Amino acid sequence: MTEAAVAHGHEEHHQGGFVTTYLFSMDHKMIGKQFLLLSLFMMIIGGLLALMVRWQLAYPEEPVPGMAWVPEPYMYEGIIPPETYNMMFTMHATIMIFFVVIPILVGAFGNFLIPLMIGTRDMAFPILNMLSFWIAAFAGVLLISSFFVEGGAAAGGWTAYAPLSAAEVYTGVGLGQDLWIVSLVVLGISSMMGSINYITTIINMRAPGMTMFRMPLVIWSLFITAILLLLALPELTAAMAMLLFDRRYGTTFFLPAGGGEPILWQHLFWFFGHPEVYILILPAMGIASEILAVFSRKPIFGYRAMAMAMIAIAFLGWVVWGHHMFQSGMNPTMGMAFMTTTMVIAVPSAIKTFNWLGTLWGGNIMFTTPMLHALAFVSMFVIGGLSGIYMAATPVDIFIHDTYFIVGHIHYVVFGGSVFAIFGAISFWFPKMYGRMMNEALGKIHFFGTLVFFNITFFPMHIIGVGGHMRRIYNPLQYEFLVPLQHWNEIMTFGAIGLGLFQIVFAVNFFWSMFAGAKATQNPWNANTLEWEAPTPPPHGNFHQIPTVYRGPYEYSVPGEKEDWLPQAQPGTGVAAAH
Amino acid sequence: MLPWLPENVSSYGGQIDSLFLLIFWITTIVFVAVQATLVVFLFKYRYRPGRKATYTHGNNTLEIAWTIAPSIILVVLALLSRATWDEIKAEMPPVDVSVRVYAKQFNWDFIYPGPDGVFDTADDLTLENELNVPVDKVVKLEMLSRDVIHSLFMPHLRFKQDMVPGRQIDGWFKATKTGEFEIPCAELCGFGHSGMLGHLKVYSAPDYAAWVAERWSN
Repeated sequence: MTEAAVAHGHEEHHQGGFVTTYLFSMDHKMIGKQFLLLSLFMMIIGGLLALMVRWQLAYPEEPVPGMAWVPEPYMYEGIIPPETYNMMFTMHATIMIFFVVIPILVGAFGNFLIPLMIGTRDMAFPILNMLSFWIAAFAGVLLISSFFVEGGAAAGGWTAYAPLSAAEVYTGVGLGQDLWIVSLVVLGISSMMGSINYITTIINMRAPGMTMFRMPLVIWSLFITAILLLLALPELTAAMAMLLFDRRYGTTFFLPAGGGEPILWQHLFWFFGHPEVYILILPAMGIASEILAVFSRKPIFGYRAMAMAMIAIAFLGWVVWGHHMFQSGMNPTMGMAFMTTTMVIAVPSAIKTFNWLGTLWGGNIMFTTPMLHALAFVSMFVIGGLSGIYMAATPVDIFIHDTYFIVGHIHYVVFGGSVFAIFGAISFWFPKMYGRMMNEALGKIHFFGTLVFFNITFFPMHIIGVGGHMRRIYNPLQYEFLVPLQHWNEIMTFGAIGLGLFQIVFAVNFFWSMFAGAKATQNPWNANTLEWEAPTPPPHGNFHQIPTVYRGPYEYSVPGEKEDWLPQAQPGTGVAAAH
Repeated sequence: MLPWLPENVSSYGGQIDSLFLLIFWITTIVFVAVQATLVVFLFKYRYRPGRKATYTHGNNTLEIAWTIAPSIILVVLALLSRATWDEIKAEMPPVDVSVRVYAKQFNWDFIYPGPDGVFDTADDLTLENELNVPVDKVVKLEMLSRDVIHSLFMPHLRFKQDMVPGRQIDGWFKATKTGEFEIPCAELCGFGHSGMLGHLKVYSAPDYAAWVAERWSN
């Protein structure tokens, strides 16, 4: 877009009315907010499903309070039957992974931040961008509709192992599993569209002076994530197509009766699935880096190492998938190979953790709400990462595979990691997105409640996992050796309920602040990156004038400077001019 | 963590538990060190007006150090794991007793070859959900599935093996103690996955002989 066209666009601001401004916007900022709202809505559904799973585990076969209205055969006067239970954890995971974490990190923040932080007016392909949101929304509708078809929603786990998922007879779920497949394929299309947009925009549209190594780390993380998505999703789509064909069109890719191989599904799924989990964590790592630097008032420690570590994680992520399959019956020699690569991939994450600590060292640390979430990210991610080492050791994995130890690990990295980063990102960029500040008191109450109840809910999972408590079981009391562990299930359910209640504080803060929060200044955090050069909130076209970049993104507390911050776009020498 | 492990009655369980314990100590030390460092830094470097942070972009020596140290620890863990993994999963020791297992929705069929020691003969015996073995003897399990993937999990034996339809997977264990132990299924296999439960009965030598005599008494 030329300068003249942008200026013209400013005057014609919002001439399109409600539909083109809020529904079919081609502005990356509005599309980002649409992704955020869709995802927050899906998070409520995913969270409620989790609460019901937790209820059943703590109080097996007791009616869930307030759910007596659910008709049979889904529930029996509030009591969850095993078929429904399997649907609940399947859909909880599917929703949280595909319709909450990825759309918020990649759809919402990828969209909102990339053009602003690299200093351009919008994405390379605005129409494609708009389509990517609506296709994702359609995928969401398909997924939720699967609850209401005969046979109910998918119930084979979010991993959908064959043959359980490959033939209706094994679960009793028919159309629901097919809708699950189609929904994920459609969502994949949306993500691939987004990836094309992000990669093109980052490569081609950076502002003058914004070299790759002057890009903020969150942009690096989104760039790498977009490449991972682009490479991994076509493979998943192929696997999903094969599964759908087995279910509906008489093929037997995964069905042994026709010569098929069930383990093939696992290879195909996890070849996508492992890069997928790095897709879940890399943008969160980028966000943490941004927030930690700003509120330590210090440059990121080891910027190049941080960027290189993310690239290393992305590369190595392609060769570790077999660690999900150590006990699958695949050749044990492959187990050795995957154990080795899995141990190696722990190293770049360790490097990043030490660099975050290095960023804090010698800092001037401000405990704002975003900073608290970023600190919790580091702390909780360390726990999740360390628990992974147990599983990487194949003999130990013999015992803890498919136990709650794994479930604990998952939640420490995805909730303790990604979701805390999401809360940090929302509270950090909310002023720029909505022109108002979120309430700090509510923010801190939400943070501390979430941190405490998160740990109450998920830490004991390591304990019961070590006790041998399997995952995806409906009633632990059916096993004598699990009865002594049952009080942990009750504690964790108490934690989950508390965790859920504290999210109400966030919801209140988010929506109230959007309309009635204190008006935000252009740069309330005194941060250096380019999004803070734009007005708050930015208009179509983002910047009055495209900024020129003179330095890296983390020039805080530069000696000889009067202020403890030095924006990327501010001309002038300063000590850091040569950086 | 270790008190929470079920009692180990497996000949190779000690190796698994030792590796577990080693990883527990390494991760606990790292955990405490990292979290303590974090807390100390948050206190020591909290914001005070008029103070400026230490302006630095990093330290290459530290980068190298904290790349090499974790790498060494992890490579050592990998090397320490190899022997145990190979012993349990890749190799089959001399077998004393064989049992064939068919997993199906939702129970375990244990097939004993009988006194002739050969499967698929007239003296084969099928017992539902009951695995009877002698103590201190190598038991080979020939594992198959009739429908979907199941997973034979014996927590006290530190034994877990997915059972995949369309192929036979062999595994082994040696119980070091008599008693009765549970055999859950550890891979989601449908609505009856929970409660799919077998029982392992480990007999002393005389008791096992008596069981055999009673079962094949003709």
